Amino acid sequence: MAIPANQITNVNPSPLNRLESAYLPEIFKGFGTTMRHFFTSFGQGPTSRTMQYPEERRENLPVEEGGINASNFRGVHRLNRDEDGRVRCVACMMCPTICPARCIHIEAAEAPWDDREKYPKKFEIDELRCIFCGMCEEACPVDAIELTTEYDIVGLSRQEMVFDKEKLLHIHDLTIGKKPM
Amino acid sequence: MPYTLRPEDGLTVDADSARYVAGHVDTGDRWVLNFGPQHPATHTTLRLVLELDGERVARCTPHIGYLHSGFEKLGEHLDFNQYVTIVSRMDYLSPIHNDITWHLAVERLFGIDITPRCKVLRTIMNELGRIQNHLLCVAAAGLDLGALTGFLYGFNPREKIYDIMDFISGQRFHPDWTRVGGLMQDLPDEQTFKRMVKNLIREDLPVALRDIEGLLNRNRIFVDRTQGIGVISREEAINWSLSGPCARASGVARDLRKDMPYLCYQDNWDGQGAGAVGFNVAVATDGDTLCRYLVRLEEIKQSIGIIEQLIDAIPQGPVDTFADSKVVKPDKKDVYGSIEGLIQHFELIMSNRGWKAPVAEAYGWNEGPNGEQGFYIVSDGGPRAWRVKTRPACFINYQVMQKLTEGHMLADIVAILGSINVVAAELDR
Repeated sequence: MAIPANQITNVNPSPLNRLESAYLPEIFKGFGTTMRHFFTSFGQGPTSRTMQYPEERRENLPVEEGGINASNFRGVHRLNRDEDGRVRCVACMMCPTICPARCIHIEAAEAPWDDREKYPKKFEIDELRCIFCGMCEEACPVDAIELTTEYDIVGLSRQEMVFDKEKLLHIHDLTIGKKPM
Repeated sequence: MPYTLRPEDGLTVDADSARYVAGHVDTGDRWVLNFGPQHPATHTTLRLVLELDGERVARCTPHIGYLHSGFEKLGEHLDFNQYVTIVSRMDYLSPIHNDITWHLAVERLFGIDITPRCKVLRTIMNELGRIQNHLLCVAAAGLDLGALTGFLYGFNPREKIYDIMDFISGQRFHPDWTRVGGLMQDLPDEQTFKRMVKNLIREDLPVALRDIEGLLNRNRIFVDRTQGIGVISREEAINWSLSGPCARASGVARDLRKDMPYLCYQDNWDGQGAGAVGFNVAVATDGDTLCRYLVRLEEIKQSIGIIEQLIDAIPQGPVDTFADSKVVKPDKKDVYGSIEGLIQHFELIMSNRGWKAPVAEAYGWNEGPNGEQGFYIVSDGGPRAWRVKTRPACFINYQVMQKLTEGHMLADIVAILGSINVVAAELDR
């Protein structure tokens, strides 16, 4: 089925006219554009797109000016605590199953509390393997694992970037104010 | 749908022996230059072995495989939702495009019809992905010839598109936004989304396009460097099965959005008689680097038109298909509130349950920014595809690289390579 002619736009280039092929007028027009950008972007001018990163951070900006949307931003993980400060996770193994990068490792044990059967004895997320797709958060049936707004995590060794349960719970304490559960 | 034009006698070209550019005198004095794999002008990790005759290219042999990541094989190990995280790394200039194409293919396999709201949102993001990809290619057209300024103007609106991706999905580069039968989540805030998109298409993009066009379109250096460079004729474009802007620049007026419509490009997409979105297919006839650049510029403008038609007409309602809830994860409310929801949730995640895929084969296509992009899925009824075959636009378009470059100067290689817009991750997959 051919596309009807009235739905086709022909964009063949037209030959340069004499003024354009004289080269200089077009070059000066081009310089005009460049100079306009140069002067309007001076310092933090209207066309400047530079973000002064360590001083100015995305989480402090409104969403429409390049800020992050805290409700669904996919940053580093945290393990949520319940009202009594215990880990919410019940070691159901949903997140390691759904994880496309296979970066979550859980060792379950019998829970010392009466209200659940299992709890994670060990809970490790390899943040270097993680692709931050957010599927673990989708899969979690008890809202235990969540992605936070923190994105600038650093470590000096690979081992340091394998976050264990204590570290993930610590991130919860750090970010619970910024992103309520 | 077969093409009416068939290869005629005498049109078949032996790429090893035929001279492509008329008047090229081969002195027989050759030297070999390795262009890439680590070279900033190759855009990505690919290698060209150039046999040079002075500064003229006598033979260009593309080598691929430097970015091989086993994307296709991973499709046999990840289920239909998980695999979206992998496909979005194929054409990383417009990752959202791959997501949409993959799930169009999966939905064709399952026979799911997605909701009108989901169709509109996917179409809008599809077109934003196209703009995102074309902006890089158009802006880099100047960069490849040494004009850095236009490149930066193209990146300003690209950054805004990344902000929109970030807003709707939570990650700016790899949104992984689609799911079987729906989306990862509905829009966090519809009004904000509309404002961001309108701001982009009404204020940022026209300014950026004006600047880029003003700098390049009538600039004699740019025109001289691109006109008549890397020409491929209409017949040869069809013979080499080019698609997308590369084919349209040679006069092949084909566009999957018109030929085999899907999403909002087809009539009656909402089941209530809504018409297909209107747009024109940009076609040029010369088939050179300049035409490929102009076709992409025009496609950006047509995409803006498509988004303008849809952005105020986003229908209300669910984004996920509930008619066939066997593939859609239930809402978190249902997971906590009802035992059926909880069972459904667990079954879809546990790999040996849920996912009753039909034993069938399906092909899903999408007119990608670089040409036809598709996924062919063979399912044996299990939770994962038995085999996933990608139809990447770049890989097919890249075949002509040898022909396009033959006889041209060394400096033109970069311009030609940029105009095909090769993405190495799609070549090697």
